[in-house]
Amino acid sequence: MIAYILRRLVLLLPVILVVGVVVFALVHLTPGDPAAVILGDRATAEDIERLRDELGLNDPLPVQFVRWFGGVLVFDFGDSIFLGESVSSALLGRVQPTVLLTVYALFVQILIGVPTGVLAAIRHNSILDRVLTVVAISGATVPTFFLGILLILFFAVRLRWLPSGGYTPLTEDPVAHFKGMLLPAFALGFSSAGLLARLVRSSMLDVLREDYVRTAFAKGLPERFVVIRHALRNALIPALTVIGTSVGALLGGAVVTETVFTIPGMGRLVVQSIARRDYPIIQGAIMTIAMTYVLVNLLVDLLYVYADPRVRLGGD
Amino acid sequence: MASSAGTALSGNDATRLRGEPASRRWPWARTLLSNPVAIASGLVLLVAVLAAIFAPLLTSYDPTFLDPGVRLQGPSSDHLLGTDDRGRDVFSRVIYGGRISLLIGASVAIAAAGLGSVLGLISGYYPRLDTPIMRTLDGLMAFPSILLAIAIMASLGPSAFNVWVALVVVYTPTVARLVRSTTLVTKQQPFVESARSIGMSDRAILLRYVYPNGLSPLIVQCTFVVAFAIISEASLSFLGAGVDPETPTWGNMLRDGQRVLQRAWWLSIFPGSALVVTVLTLNLLGDGLRDALDPRSRRR
Repeated sequence: MIAYILRRLVLLLPVILVVGVVVFALVHLTPGDPAAVILGDRATAEDIERLRDELGLNDPLPVQFVRWFGGVLVFDFGDSIFLGESVSSALLGRVQPTVLLTVYALFVQILIGVPTGVLAAIRHNSILDRVLTVVAISGATVPTFFLGILLILFFAVRLRWLPSGGYTPLTEDPVAHFKGMLLPAFALGFSSAGLLARLVRSSMLDVLREDYVRTAFAKGLPERFVVIRHALRNALIPALTVIGTSVGALLGGAVVTETVFTIPGMGRLVVQSIARRDYPIIQGAIMTIAMTYVLVNLLVDLLYVYADPRVRLGGD
Repeated sequence: MASSAGTALSGNDATRLRGEPASRRWPWARTLLSNPVAIASGLVLLVAVLAAIFAPLLTSYDPTFLDPGVRLQGPSSDHLLGTDDRGRDVFSRVIYGGRISLLIGASVAIAAAGLGSVLGLISGYYPRLDTPIMRTLDGLMAFPSILLAIAIMASLGPSAFNVWVALVVVYTPTVARLVRSTTLVTKQQPFVESARSIGMSDRAILLRYVYPNGLSPLIVQCTFVVAFAIISEASLSFLGAGVDPETPTWGNMLRDGQRVLQRAWWLSIFPGSALVVTVLTLNLLGDGLRDALDPRSRRR
């Protein structure tokens, strides 16, 4: 197991390097001089030259990259051009809403996806199964931001039950916090729930055909017991991978959802920074989110090996 | 599932390889045509495409014409889907917006399929090039896709062409991975070995024997890429990092609509519905195509 973890960590290095090169290249992809672009039309040549110096743009590219990447490894992305603080402190101040939103959305995804998939599988080919499949496809079809707008229209504008946006920290007022996060978490989690439901359904169908499930039924165990205790445990193992990859979709979706619901998280900061051309912020936030995603996937893969000994025995 | 492991060649692949007449290669078309959901989706999609092509004939309003006299009017006989906060006709904007969405969706899928196929074939066929290509693509796939698109758009600036570039970068790795995996399987087949033994060039082997065998899943994947690309374009425009804000697109309309959501629901509901219907039909069509082209993965 330790050897496996080490091998996975080594395989991670090229991925991190590529991610770093891509994020680093962002500034240099901009047409024209990044310093001039950042400062806008009214900047003098002197200002531009000073900023070029400050950003280290006068050094050769490889030197710039090594310096930048060295900083990234210790969570130092330089200073924000617009906010007057360092990128890392700006990010830290906005990490809580994003993380909580993603976690809540993950709960929504699992709470909707798993029961739906199980139900569709045990009522295989029934009308219920067909309906649930269509719902699952539509769930993956409605873009997060449009679902968010629909929820706002219905629950905030029409019924006035829930706020249409904003954010209250959990520690300040838990009730207001959960009321505010309910719609965004649902909007974000619902789209991935469809994918999870379809996967749980198909892996459940596979498992239900296994000998040990037939044995359990033959022993006269009640259906509910067989499904939950015998079948579901094994059917959920492949679902782990989907949950892992959907963390990426959820993190990305959080960027969009935060804009719809005006939640002051990292995603909204990125979107605001695009208009301000605050590249250090954009680089820092995207690097952080991508790295989180990579690490979550690694964790899920390790969990997978732990949960399913067959992978360990077959793989190594 | 286990029993199909040995039958890597399905019936239609085999006939295609023997170069038999087209009429006998089409059992999948019959499967597709007997699927009512796929047919309905195809028809709806056809209507959307025709509406986009013949947009000027369907509406007498210029989608960018500002008419301050009719701001924020609800749907009426004059303005079928109402007007926006600057007095522009929502119906024409939805129809013209479809042009951009469909064009970007289709052109992203074509380019990603082309580029992804080349990378996937090379990566799958030449073990030496496999590692560098795949590690690079893994790195690109380490980004949540919308985030990578946002990042690229942040540096290129908003325009329809830049959205296309960003989305091709985002979706090429998925295609390349798929083509690589089918290539890895196909290259073990005896017919590839025999082609090599009679001295065929690698290029000819790849194009005539390896690639056609992976075509079915690729076509299915492309339908989904069109759908994803349309959603991504709308999301980018909604965030203000997509197509130029003055151009009518569904995402831009939703962005404008959100500002006056409390007063004018029609500004959000209509472009959003157009988006959902288009993407839904693409997904259902892709599902139907998968059932028809790849019977092994058919849903139970």
